[in-house]
Amino acid sequence: MIEVNKQGEVWVFAEQHAGTLEDTSIELLSKGRQLADQLKVPLAAVLLGDRVEPLCVRLGQYGADKVYLTEHPLLNHYQTSSYAKVLDELIHKHKPQIVLYGATPVGRDLAPRVASALKAGLTADCTDLQIGRHEIPSTGKVYENLLLQIRPAFGGNIIATIINYDRWPQMATVREGVMPMPEPNGRRKAQIVRENISLLPDDLMLEILAEHRQPKKVNLKASRIIVAGGAGVGSKENFKLIWDLAHCLGGAPGATRAAVDLGFIDRDHQVGQTGTTVRPVLYIAVGISGAIQHQAGMSGSQKIIAINNDPEAPIFQIAHYKIVGDLNQVVPMMIKAIREKV
Amino acid sequence: MAYNCVVLAKQVPDTKRITGQAMNEDGTVNRAALPAIFNPEDLNALEMALQIKEQYGGKVTVITMGLPAAAEILRQSLYRGADGVILITDKRCAASDTLATSYILSCAVRKLNPDIVLCGRQAIDGDTAQVGPQVAEKLGVPQITYTEKILNLNGKTITARRSIGNGWQEVRTKLPVLLTVVDTANEPRIPTAKRLMKYKAARCRIEIEAMAKQNPSIDVEAVCKQLEQKGLLIRQWDLDILGADLKWCGRDGSPTKVHRIQSVVLTAKETKSVEPTQEAIEAMIHELIVDHTIG
Repeated sequence: MIEVNKQGEVWVFAEQHAGTLEDTSIELLSKGRQLADQLKVPLAAVLLGDRVEPLCVRLGQYGADKVYLTEHPLLNHYQTSSYAKVLDELIHKHKPQIVLYGATPVGRDLAPRVASALKAGLTADCTDLQIGRHEIPSTGKVYENLLLQIRPAFGGNIIATIINYDRWPQMATVREGVMPMPEPNGRRKAQIVRENISLLPDDLMLEILAEHRQPKKVNLKASRIIVAGGAGVGSKENFKLIWDLAHCLGGAPGATRAAVDLGFIDRDHQVGQTGTTVRPVLYIAVGISGAIQHQAGMSGSQKIIAINNDPEAPIFQIAHYKIVGDLNQVVPMMIKAIREKV
Repeated sequence: MAYNCVVLAKQVPDTKRITGQAMNEDGTVNRAALPAIFNPEDLNALEMALQIKEQYGGKVTVITMGLPAAAEILRQSLYRGADGVILITDKRCAASDTLATSYILSCAVRKLNPDIVLCGRQAIDGDTAQVGPQVAEKLGVPQITYTEKILNLNGKTITARRSIGNGWQEVRTKLPVLLTVVDTANEPRIPTAKRLMKYKAARCRIEIEAMAKQNPSIDVEAVCKQLEQKGLLIRQWDLDILGADLKWCGRDGSPTKVHRIQSVVLTAKETKSVEPTQEAIEAMIHELIVDHTIG
């Protein structure tokens, strides 16, 4: 167990695959930077891999003061046991007060293993992190400058704020896409701290026999405009309306889980709690009632247009433009209006 | 060779059916108002274990930790083909976070000395996906998360395919192992009528005790003995039977605490109503072009 220490650094696990940093790690650096500044402690990235030192430049430009770098041939491919061993040793040695991971398949595989070994707390899938105080109601005891770990629970029906005050570090995985991507600062440089940790082949519990990664068919996170369809669109054929409207706006087609489950469009297009979290400039919700699980993935959009024939649809409560009507008439009107104006 | 499989399952509130009464006035969840179900991906884990038994022989034991009512998912496991079921119930388990839960479960798993431990990827009430990897760490065994398929079991070696988000991996490791199973792995079987008839009377001691409170003529010892003879007494373990160190259980064993809970309040922004006419829609598009949202 690691004792509480208020001077501990803020750490971000820098996830890389084949020498490329995950976007989530960059997003976390911007959040980590805010937290570290508030706590007046350094922000460090933790980078593991084989010959990955060149990535330290970017980690510095995106806000890290330091990079703890562990390079080893056995760290070339991510594996739970070897990565957990290195993190466990580094955390014991440096006693950071906060450690953040992306809630990616790797982050969600690694962080609980590390937390269990450290006997530390871990909050999954946070959508926001803040620094704040906590008072224990029964004793009135106050803890200052804690990490408030904010996450949806119960299928998105409640928002829980989780803390830990009596054991360090405070650890969380953070959902992809919920923190804005920062701008790099070319003048910033991180100090590289090399950490040599001995690893043996026995530290790898698995053999990776084969691996296949297919690029996503659509990059919703990078789209300025998203046109999303729900079950209300009615059929795969009718989903052509969504594609057409997206194309004429230079946007990407999105969908609710219901539309994906009905086979209207591929799962890569799914927006929401179990899909991608997006924050585009414009989100057009077509035939989407606005279940909380869907809103969790798109309510950060700058402008929302909602088209639905049910005037009571919950989506209208977060929409900037409310169009009550038949999508089969409204969408073609929009396409016509855009073609004429732009 | 035959394999000794243990499935870790959870009874969860059906979060997909949240209605008005499900939230208390203070914003906390009124669990009593929600239907309790077998956590969906734990059913996929049970199905995978049953298929291992059918192909290679062995046995399947399902463990759940929870209130006495959680015995219901153990009966459902029996209906589907589990050979044995165990309820871990103890007031001292209350307020356990994922770390304390995984400690308690690992104590129970150790007593059964399995070759393969299976659980769903995550439970739908918290969606944390943490308990599986944490149990694996406590047991000191490898974990294969997001398992889609067991490709081969050969002696003490397992080969499996796991999902990695936008792709897959084939991995091999030595038993014992812990697998977390995703919902695309299989189609869980439905209970058979024959097993349902056979096991619907299965009860654990704490359920009999609750019945005896309602009806004092019930002799708890006699009923338990009768059920045991028929193979219908569900095993019930507490923290003493597990030999668990209390400092790692319940509230004391849980580093994470709830700071506050809010129900989701939809943020009402300023909404403009637009008539579904060509004219009104053109005006809206014009506005969006002027403020540089489009174009």
